[in-house]
Amino acid sequence: MAWEPVIGLEIHVQLKTRTKMFCRCPVGFGAGENTQTCPVCLGFPGALPVPNRQAIEWTVKLGLALGCEVAGRAVFSRKNYFYPDLPKGYQISQYDLPSCTNGSMILPTGEIGHVVGIIRAHLEEDAAKTVHVGGETGRIGGADTSLIDFNRGGTPLVEIVTAPDLRSAEGAKRFLQLLRQTIVELGISDAEMEKGTLRVDANVSVRPRGSGELRTRCELKNMNSFTYVARGIEAEITRQIGVWESGAELQQETFDFDASSGTLTARRSKEEADDYRYFPEPDLVPIEPPAEVVERLRAELPESPAARIHRVQADLDLDRAVVLVTGGLDRLWEATVSAGADGVATANVVANNLVGAAVDPDAVNPAELAKLVRSRERIPQAAFDEAIGKLGDPGFSADPYLAQEAVSDEAELGPVVDRVLAEYPAQVDAYRSGKEGLLGFFIGQVMKQTGGKANARAVSDIVLRKLDA
Amino acid sequence: MQGGFAPPRGRLDQDSGALDQDSGLDGESGRPCDGQAKRATGPGVIDTLRLTAEQAMGLLERKEASPVELHRAYLDAVAERDSELHSYLRTVDEPEGDGIPIALKDVISTRGVETTAGSRILEGYVPVFDATVAARCKAEGLTLLGKTNTDEFAMGSSTENSAWGPSRNPWDPTRVPGGSGGGSAAAVSAGLAPWALGSDTGGSIKQPAALCGNVGLRPTYGSVSRYGVVAFASSLDQIGPVARNVRDCALLYSIIAGRDPRDATTVELPEPVQLPETDRLGGLRVGVPRQLESLDAIEPGVRAAFEGALERARELGAEVGECDLPLSFEYGMPCYYLVAPAEASSNLARYDGVRYGRRVEGATYREMVERTRDAGFGPEPKRRIMLGTYALSAGYYDAFYGQAQRVRTLLIREHREVLDRFDLIATPTSPTVAFPIGDKAADPLAMYACDLLTIPSCLAGLPGLNVPCGLADGLPVGLQLIGRQFGENTLFRAGHALEQALGFDPVPTRYRE
Repeated sequence: MAWEPVIGLEIHVQLKTRTKMFCRCPVGFGAGENTQTCPVCLGFPGALPVPNRQAIEWTVKLGLALGCEVAGRAVFSRKNYFYPDLPKGYQISQYDLPSCTNGSMILPTGEIGHVVGIIRAHLEEDAAKTVHVGGETGRIGGADTSLIDFNRGGTPLVEIVTAPDLRSAEGAKRFLQLLRQTIVELGISDAEMEKGTLRVDANVSVRPRGSGELRTRCELKNMNSFTYVARGIEAEITRQIGVWESGAELQQETFDFDASSGTLTARRSKEEADDYRYFPEPDLVPIEPPAEVVERLRAELPESPAARIHRVQADLDLDRAVVLVTGGLDRLWEATVSAGADGVATANVVANNLVGAAVDPDAVNPAELAKLVRSRERIPQAAFDEAIGKLGDPGFSADPYLAQEAVSDEAELGPVVDRVLAEYPAQVDAYRSGKEGLLGFFIGQVMKQTGGKANARAVSDIVLRKLDA
Repeated sequence: MQGGFAPPRGRLDQDSGALDQDSGLDGESGRPCDGQAKRATGPGVIDTLRLTAEQAMGLLERKEASPVELHRAYLDAVAERDSELHSYLRTVDEPEGDGIPIALKDVISTRGVETTAGSRILEGYVPVFDATVAARCKAEGLTLLGKTNTDEFAMGSSTENSAWGPSRNPWDPTRVPGGSGGGSAAAVSAGLAPWALGSDTGGSIKQPAALCGNVGLRPTYGSVSRYGVVAFASSLDQIGPVARNVRDCALLYSIIAGRDPRDATTVELPEPVQLPETDRLGGLRVGVPRQLESLDAIEPGVRAAFEGALERARELGAEVGECDLPLSFEYGMPCYYLVAPAEASSNLARYDGVRYGRRVEGATYREMVERTRDAGFGPEPKRRIMLGTYALSAGYYDAFYGQAQRVRTLLIREHREVLDRFDLIATPTSPTVAFPIGDKAADPLAMYACDLLTIPSCLAGLPGLNVPCGLADGLPVGLQLIGRQFGENTLFRAGHALEQALGFDPVPTRYRE
C-alpha cells in the first residue's frame, strides 16, 4: 500500500524585544546565571505581570505576515502545571482567544503553490532553563540535582501552529526555511535553532494515500536544526508505516530525536492526562489593538518571502528561487540582474561563491557584482575569487580585476592540457568509456597548474577537443 | 504622588486649629514627654487609644511630638496590650520616616521585614521589595510599626486560620476580631496603631472593622495597586485602609490610591480624593435591599443598630428607599466560593519550596513539592486549593468556573441597575457581632456565611465602607455602605456625616477610664 505522511508543526519563536514579556528585565544571552531576574519573573509573592507592548505589536505583525486574522480582543490565560522551571506554577499564554488565527503560507512546490494553513499564532512567556546534573539520563528523572537559570524565564515567545497540511519531511523543512526567513525579515527574532530562539515540534501521522482520515499521531521534539527536523520526520514516517504494516496499532507517543544516532527515543508516558486548568489571567486585561495600530503594522510589512519566491521563480526556477529568498539573497540578485547581469549566472555566483566567501549580501554594490558576473569567464579564476571575497569591502571596485585577462591562447594552454592528460591516463580512459563528468576534473587540474590564470571556457574547449580526438 | 490630590499634610494645616481642642494630648504643656519613659496611661503621654491619624500628624506639624516618640508610644501600647490580643505578628522597633506610624497586614510585602501572609509556607520569607502600597506609605513618611495578623493567605473570617494563632477582639478577648484582617482591625481599635492597611477579597477589611468598631474601606477594584500583596484571588483582592474615623480612612486612601504601572488592572482615579467635611446628607438616595427583611442570619441586635443608623440617615436628609438585589443574595456566596478558590488554587501554586519560604526535602522534585505544600499549608488553604482545582478541571470548568463568571456578570449588572436609582446601598456589614473564638472554627460553611453581606459588592468590584453604628450586647455593629464604581468620595461624605450623628465611641469599653 502507498502511504501518505500528514505533518503539522508547532514552532516557538523567541522575540528579540529589549525586555521580557511581563517585566522589565533585559532579554539576552551570555549574562551570568540568574542575573537577569526580578520579583516578577521569579514569581515572588505579590509580583504582577505587565505586558510588553512591543511583543504584542510584533506578534500582530507576524500574524499579518502569515495572513492571519488579528483578534480585536485577545486574552491571556494561565496554563497551570508544576515544574521547577515555571516559577509561578503557571505559564501565562494565550489560549482560547489568541492574537492571530486562520492564516496561511504558500509553500512553493513545482508549478502550483501548496497552501499550508496557520491555525494560530499566539503570545506567551518562555520557561526558565533547567540543567540536570548527575545521573545517567541528563533528564530530570535520574538526575542528582537540578539547577535553574531564570534568565530565560519570561522571554516573549510566539507559538505558531500549522494545520496538518505538510506531506513530506522535505516540505516541512522548506516551510520552516520560508517561515524563518519571514520572521528574520520582520526583524522580530534571530530565529536560530542552534540558539533555541526558534524551536520546532512536529506532529506526524501516516495514512493510506488518497484517504482523508487522520490516524494516531506522534510528536517529535528536540530537533535543533532544519536538517534534523527533516531527518526526524523521515525516521518517524518509516517507523509508523512499519507499525501499521505489521498489523499493529500505533500508540500516541512523544519522541526525542537524537541527532548523533538519528534515532527516536520515546519519552516516559505520563501517568495521567494533562489538565492545565486554563482560565483567563486575572492580573491582566484583554488586549484590544486599535484598528489604526493594526493598519500601521500592516503597512510596515515587507514583501513576503513566499511572494518573492513566486516572482523570482518566474525568471529562474523554483530551487534557485528558494535558495535565493530563504538565504536572504534575492534582493541582491534582483539588483544585480537589473544592472545587466545574466539571471542564472548571477544566481549561481550569489548562492555559491558569495555565500562560500561569507560575504554579507547587504554590503555588496550590485553594479560591481554585475560587472564581475559578466566578466566571469574572461578574467582569471583566481582574480574572480579574490574579487568576490572583497565585494563586501567599503568602496569596492571591480575594475582592477576586470583589467586582468585570463589566458585563452591555445599555444600557451595546449602543452599544459597535454601534460595533464598524460599524467592521468586512467581518468582519460574512464572519460572515453563514458564518464563524462570527469571533464571538470581535467579543467580543474589545468587551472591549478596555470595558477588560476587560464580562461575556463578556453581550457574546456581544448580539453574536449583533445579527449575526443 | 497621585494626580490632583493635595498633599495630606498641607490639607491638615487648614484644620489644625480645630484639631487642637480634640488633641490626643493630656495635660497643659501640649508637648508630650518621652513616650518611652512614661506609661501610656500617665499624664502628658500620647493617648494612642483616642489619637486619630490626623491628630497625630498635627502633633508632628506643631512639633509637639517627634516621629520617634509617636512610634514608641504605639510600641508601648503594643507591649501593654498585645500579648492578650495578638494583633501583631512582628513589630519594627526603629521608625524609618518622618511621619506617623502605620501597621500593615502581613500579606503586604515589606522590604527587609518578614512577610508570611499568616502561613508557615512563607516562614522566614523576607521580601526584597516593597509592595506599591507600602512604598507609597513610605514616600509619605509613614513609619512601619509592624505586620498584623491575618488568616492564612487571607482565607477566613476570624483570624483563627492564622498559622501563628488567632487574634482577639479588643472589646471582648474571648471573641474573634473578624477576618481575615482581624489583626489590623484589632490593632487600630486597641490603640496599637493610628491606622492600618488591610486587604479585602470577600470582606476581609469590612467585616473585621465591623466586629472591632472601626472604619474600613474596601476600595473600587482597580483603584489601589495589588503589586507586592500576596495574592489570594486576583480578580477580587483590593487593599484598603482601616482607621479610627472616616476622615483618616479617606486620608489613607488618598495616599495609596491611583494607577500603578506595576499593576495592569489599576487606573487613575477619575476625581481626587476629598476629605469629608459635611454633616448633612440632603438629597442622598440610600437603597436598602428588600432581601434583608427575610434574612434570619441577621441577629436582632445587629438589625436594631442598623435600623437606628438608617433613621439617623433620614434625619440628616437622606432619602432611604427599598431596592432589590435578588440574584446577589441568592447566588453571591456560591459564585464567590467558585471564583475565589479557583484563582487561589493557581495563585498558591508558586509556593513549591524551590525559590523561597519553607522547603521540606524529598527524594525527587515532585516529592519535595508535595511535602513542602503538605507541611506548609494549613487546612483552609488546602480546602480552597482543592475546591478551586476542581472548579477549573477539564469537564467541570463550564459548569463551575465558567458558570460563576457568567453569574458574576449578572451581579455586576444587578448592582449597576440599583445604583442608577440610588447613590448608595446600605446593609449591615456582618449579620452578627463578634462571635466566641472556636465557635465556627470546625464548620467552614458557618464561617463562610460571615461574609454573606459583604461578598456581592466585592464580586461587582464596588467600593464598600464599614462605619460603626452602635453596640449590641456591648459589641460593635457595623453599617456597610456600598457605592458606585470610584464613588469613594460619596462613601466618605455619607460615612462622615453619619459618624458625627451616631457619635460612636471607637474605644473599646473595657479600655475606657
